[in-house]
Amino acid sequence: MAIKIDPNCYYTKSHEWVRVEGDEAWAGLTDYAQDLLSDIVYVELPGEGDSFKQGEVFATVESVKAASDIYMPLSGEVLEVNEQLANAPELINKDPYGEGWLIKFTPSDLSELGNLMGPDAYEKFIKEEEEKGGH
Amino acid sequence: MTKIVEPLIFELSSPGRVGAVLPELDVPPADIPAELCRADLPLPEVSEVDVVRHFVRLSRMNYGVDLGMYPLGSCTMKYNPKVNEVAARLPGFVYTHPYQPEDQVQGNLQLMWELQEMLKAISGFAGVSLQPAAGAHGELTGILIMRAYLCDQGETQRDTILIPDSAHGTNPASTSMAGFKVVEIKSDERGNVDLEHLKANLNDRVVGLMLTNPNTLGLFDEHVCEVSRLVHEAGGLMYGDGANMNAMLGIVKPADLGIDVMHFNLHKTFSTPHGGGGPGSGPVGVVEKLVPYLPGPIVDIQVVGEEEHAGHAHEGEEEMVEVFFRLVMPAKSIGRVKTFYGHFGVMIRAYTYIRMLGAEGMRRVAEDAVINANYLMAKIKKVYPLPYDRLCKHEFVVEGKLKDAPNVRALDISKRLIDYGVHPPTNYFPLIVPEALMIEPTETESLESLDHFADAMLRIAEEAKTNPELLHEAPHNTPVSRLDEVGAARNPILRWKPAE
Repeated sequence: MAIKIDPNCYYTKSHEWVRVEGDEAWAGLTDYAQDLLSDIVYVELPGEGDSFKQGEVFATVESVKAASDIYMPLSGEVLEVNEQLANAPELINKDPYGEGWLIKFTPSDLSELGNLMGPDAYEKFIKEEEEKGGH
Repeated sequence: MTKIVEPLIFELSSPGRVGAVLPELDVPPADIPAELCRADLPLPEVSEVDVVRHFVRLSRMNYGVDLGMYPLGSCTMKYNPKVNEVAARLPGFVYTHPYQPEDQVQGNLQLMWELQEMLKAISGFAGVSLQPAAGAHGELTGILIMRAYLCDQGETQRDTILIPDSAHGTNPASTSMAGFKVVEIKSDERGNVDLEHLKANLNDRVVGLMLTNPNTLGLFDEHVCEVSRLVHEAGGLMYGDGANMNAMLGIVKPADLGIDVMHFNLHKTFSTPHGGGGPGSGPVGVVEKLVPYLPGPIVDIQVVGEEEHAGHAHEGEEEMVEVFFRLVMPAKSIGRVKTFYGHFGVMIRAYTYIRMLGAEGMRRVAEDAVINANYLMAKIKKVYPLPYDRLCKHEFVVEGKLKDAPNVRALDISKRLIDYGVHPPTNYFPLIVPEALMIEPTETESLESLDHFADAMLRIAEEAKTNPELLHEAPHNTPVSRLDEVGAARNPILRWKPAE
């Protein structure tokens, strides 16, 4: 099964994606991350209006294997969280870049995109991760 | 395993059936306010024989160390000698009450004092409190001791605890419970704490570092003394997670490695029942400067009659020295962390275990536990990838990923092991190994039972190639087959409800 990568996103080394559209941005978990975690059973999301810096923990997801912290791809203030995940955490497994989004937020400093990977770099990065065997 | 499908005890209920008949009330009824009384109490209505048969049938579906090998990594599921139970059931222990005055329970207090002393001798610490009720409780207690000490030193700005990514999962939880922040420290390519990453994170905000040693990979940190030195140099304290003490008994004293505080798991290392048979017990040991902060009460020994007799002993006459054991609260104690005196029944069992084995036996335990783990590791690493290939201590971690069976996962291998009559190893932990299978045979397994486990692992790897469905659908020889773990986590049904 090939890992999907959205060409319109930027990526972190901890496998979050961010998609910027105008003044707003969406963030979520990558297809690679959901595949590693396996079936997600619970998601803990931040409150609307909460602010996080790039790299800070903003959410936690729990799968049958483990609970994992999710890190903010860009600094910003949360506008909206994906309420649907409360009853349907499997949306992250089914559609990680679409219906499985975690938060919508206002990024405060777009120059931070420079710290992230583009789709090609991310594809290369996960290939290396696979070869290393660890993560 | 016996195949029985057993209904819930509520489903066995038959209206009007009773298990015990009480005599008629012959005293005035207690005056209970009506609003505190309930009219219905929906308990199952069953007879004594219904109850006995129900639970005996369930017990035949159970699996435990008395039935077979239980290599659940990190849990040290060693055999629990029955002599421990004999000691714990002695009437003198059974019929004491925690409210009895000290002079009536000298035997109990002596046992506690001696257990404190034995744990001190094993670990090299200056003081031990037997209060904490389990491992994670011991961790929280230890962190509160570190906090109290540092606050006393005026170091109130310290708010961060460093935790290697190979530590026990309870360490970050205990840190958060104590109100501190967690910073994760990476492992290097040999599975040790990455010293450069550690140095980069040491500063005056650091309370300390929590070290699981041997770590959850079963590896003894090759730079442990350097880790301790660096943390101390930065003004922090070293916390030792003693859950893996089984690998060090009689060989290394944690205090000699620079550890300042550590919890013991009596229910792992010292053979007291756990995993449904508990409770646990997580005594905490500390170095000299932290002794005043221990939770109390702890047991102290007082020599009485010493002054009267000193110098008055006539020649040929033995000096009369009597001792009295008393409960004391250390001077700057963080307070009580448990009602009464901790889990006393568990202490009796651990005490018995240590006394039965003696100092030499303690060392043998560690040696045999390490040999057993290395024997198994050597046998199965040809087939299961071993990410950190060096001598392990009491346990090791392989990947449940097989070359010729891409769709088989650690979970499938574990479920199939049940069909071979073995309890599965720990799955998916530590997180730094993908599809982790964490295997801890303990010292109590014979060569035959180690071989049985290794053979089962190798046969399962073969089955994974030739008949992967067999693994996906496993276990087959149990009352119920593969359970829907995802469904149970997403839509848990937490209590039985009568059919409408």
